Amino acid sequence: MVAPAFDYVAAGSYDEAVRLLAEGGDDAKILAGGQSLMPMLNLRLAHPDLLIDINSADQRPPSVADGLLRLPALTRHRVLLEHDLVGRHCPLLAGAIRHVGNVRVRNRGTIGGSLAHADPTSEIGACALVTGARVVARGPDGDRTLPASELFDTYWTTTLARGEVITDVLIPVARPRQGWSFQEMVRRTSDFAIVAVAAVVELDEGAEVITTARVALAGVADRVTLADPGVPAVVRGADADFDAAAAAIAGRLEPVTDVHASGEYRRRLARVLVARALREASARAAA
Amino acid sequence: MNRRQTILSVNGADHEVWVLPSDTLLDVLHDELGMADVRYGCGEGVCGTCTVLLDGEPVNGCLTLALQAAGHQVTTMRGLMGPGEALHPLQECFLRRGAAQCGFCTPGMVLASFDLVRRVGRPTREEIRYALVGNLCRCTGYTKILDAVEEYADQ
Repeated sequence: MVAPAFDYVAAGSYDEAVRLLAEGGDDAKILAGGQSLMPMLNLRLAHPDLLIDINSADQRPPSVADGLLRLPALTRHRVLLEHDLVGRHCPLLAGAIRHVGNVRVRNRGTIGGSLAHADPTSEIGACALVTGARVVARGPDGDRTLPASELFDTYWTTTLARGEVITDVLIPVARPRQGWSFQEMVRRTSDFAIVAVAAVVELDEGAEVITTARVALAGVADRVTLADPGVPAVVRGADADFDAAAAAIAGRLEPVTDVHASGEYRRRLARVLVARALREASARAAA
Repeated sequence: MNRRQTILSVNGADHEVWVLPSDTLLDVLHDELGMADVRYGCGEGVCGTCTVLLDGEPVNGCLTLALQAAGHQVTTMRGLMGPGEALHPLQECFLRRGAAQCGFCTPGMVLASFDLVRRVGRPTREEIRYALVGNLCRCTGYTKILDAVEEYADQ
């Protein structure tokens, strides 16, 4: 199909994008990498009057300061896959990105665009949740920072105000004795996740006792979700029972049935993948 | 919406075109400039038939606006060919190995494989599979395509 007619303007900075967004009103939309928005336009699932292209708004590379990995919103997936700082300080993200799209999508797609798209099957969204990432959004009144756990509202909808643009993603750097895992089930590589699980496990100084375990899931609800905070307690201790923890998490989910999988199958996948993720993350933390 | 004048640099030549803001790079290359080696397959970035190189990196022509390509170098498969449309060595490998049947996916396959070998030198068979995940072929079953890319990488 052919996209509906829209106007196009390139913003040279985030400030200019915010101004154009305010002028453009309800029917203006930000264009970042375009790997989700452009398909929606081509399929006529979105009908903006104006696209505000921010690809020239920012040239900053990833950086690290004060225990935070700073990923500018326009950081391409390819950079997440290959950049030394990302591999060292958020190996989970570098590992998860392998499951995102294909080589062309990763060349153009951006972390800010992906988070703003708020796809409930988003690998990047699950990583943002489980790492405790924070998102910097610029609006007419300046910048504000919000945790990723407050960003996702429902299907393809964030809590950002209409005039706000994501400029940065801040991720606490990986610590010693912290392990990660990313598990995903798809029919074909690069498909949308049926279920994906991101896990981070941290061990105590003796590297024997799990002090924290966090899990985020994609594909099981109307948005990417953190597993119930009560659950990590189940996996505390040297003899952590990963299967019981996974069953408890999966038991609380109410995934929907759609053309790709039944809700029951998704719940089963969640149980299997959470157990695998906790096991692998714990093993990596101990290594 | 009004058409805008812009210059697209494709395979080393500048083309003055008048495009709608909503025209994709694929629309303009194929429909306006008559470049038959850039093809509409899915319009969603999944099939790879509209692959072009933008400043040397593979992108989806169907997910890039024509206006976004202004000021950048666009390369289609024909851009890899030598003088007088002499086949690129990778195309020779595709021919020799029978890696093209109907040929619809071939330009995208060639560009994606070209990019892979340029980046990593001698990819493993599994790396070739992974790099070509987004290039669908409904004829060959992929085996001969993998053979062709391996032969090219060995040269």
